[in-house]
Amino acid sequence: MAAGRESESKPMKHRTTVERTSDRELVVTRTFDAPARIVFEAWTKPDLFKQWWGPKSMGISLSSVEMDVRTGGGYRLVFSNGMAFFGKYIEVTPPSRIVWTNDEGGEAGPVTTVTFEEKGGKTLLVMHELYPSKEALDAAGTGAAEGMGELFGQLDEFLVTLSAR
Amino acid sequence: MPIIDVYTLNHMVQYTNATLDASFAALADVTRRGVLEQLGRAEASITDLAKKFNMTLTGMKKHVGILERAGLVITEKVGRVRTCKVGPHQLEEAMAWLEKYRQLWAVRFDELDKVIEDLKQRENDDGRRKRE
Repeated sequence: MAAGRESESKPMKHRTTVERTSDRELVVTRTFDAPARIVFEAWTKPDLFKQWWGPKSMGISLSSVEMDVRTGGGYRLVFSNGMAFFGKYIEVTPPSRIVWTNDEGGEAGPVTTVTFEEKGGKTLLVMHELYPSKEALDAAGTGAAEGMGELFGQLDEFLVTLSAR
Repeated sequence: MPIIDVYTLNHMVQYTNATLDASFAALADVTRRGVLEQLGRAEASITDLAKKFNMTLTGMKKHVGILERAGLVITEKVGRVRTCKVGPHQLEEAMAWLEKYRQLWAVRFDELDKVIEDLKQRENDDGRRKRE
């Protein structure tokens, strides 16, 4: 089936934006050259999700992906070093919206909403993350500029991964 | 699967920013992390720091030297006193965290592009097969 396939034509890369929209919110946006149902599929099928989430071009891989993508279902991602991320899907509306909790950090975990908006065959993906408090978001990273302590936390983890190699 | 995923970000920092190696090495020591935290609150002389950390002047000079070479601390001699403060590199790195997340997501989504292209291709092939 390889005959006639235009494997050389590379789609133009779209710009990814990340913005802190308030004390408690972060928003990531990106456009994809495909209808929403395809982007949704790549996000919700474990074998596909595993291919891009890593990201493997950075040498990071998921050793296990469990996703029960339906309202009330759960997920669990485990990286190859054993670090796990898990939570529940609060809302799943194919192919336009998924909302989930992030429970690995306990109660202060954020709620993430991803929407897929189709327009003219392209899909605008908006990923929105709402933290329970400003402090929770600061603790997750933003606070690094203000409080060095948070940066040290990240560095500590980094050093643990280094020494584990 | 949060937007801010320290685990992945750390890998990325390691992967893309080798200049941070010196900083990480400098910070792989509890005293130096303490010194940096202290300097984040207020400037201090090496003598002050040595006292605070209950250490000889020579020992503290060594620690400050390592932090200075990593760009985490800058020192300035005024008269006979050498004053230490948090370096610009440290602040820059701390401020740049949002840009690092942007890069992480950009890389992730570039990978997602590939998966999507595969899916589109598969759909096209399937469609063609059905028509034939």
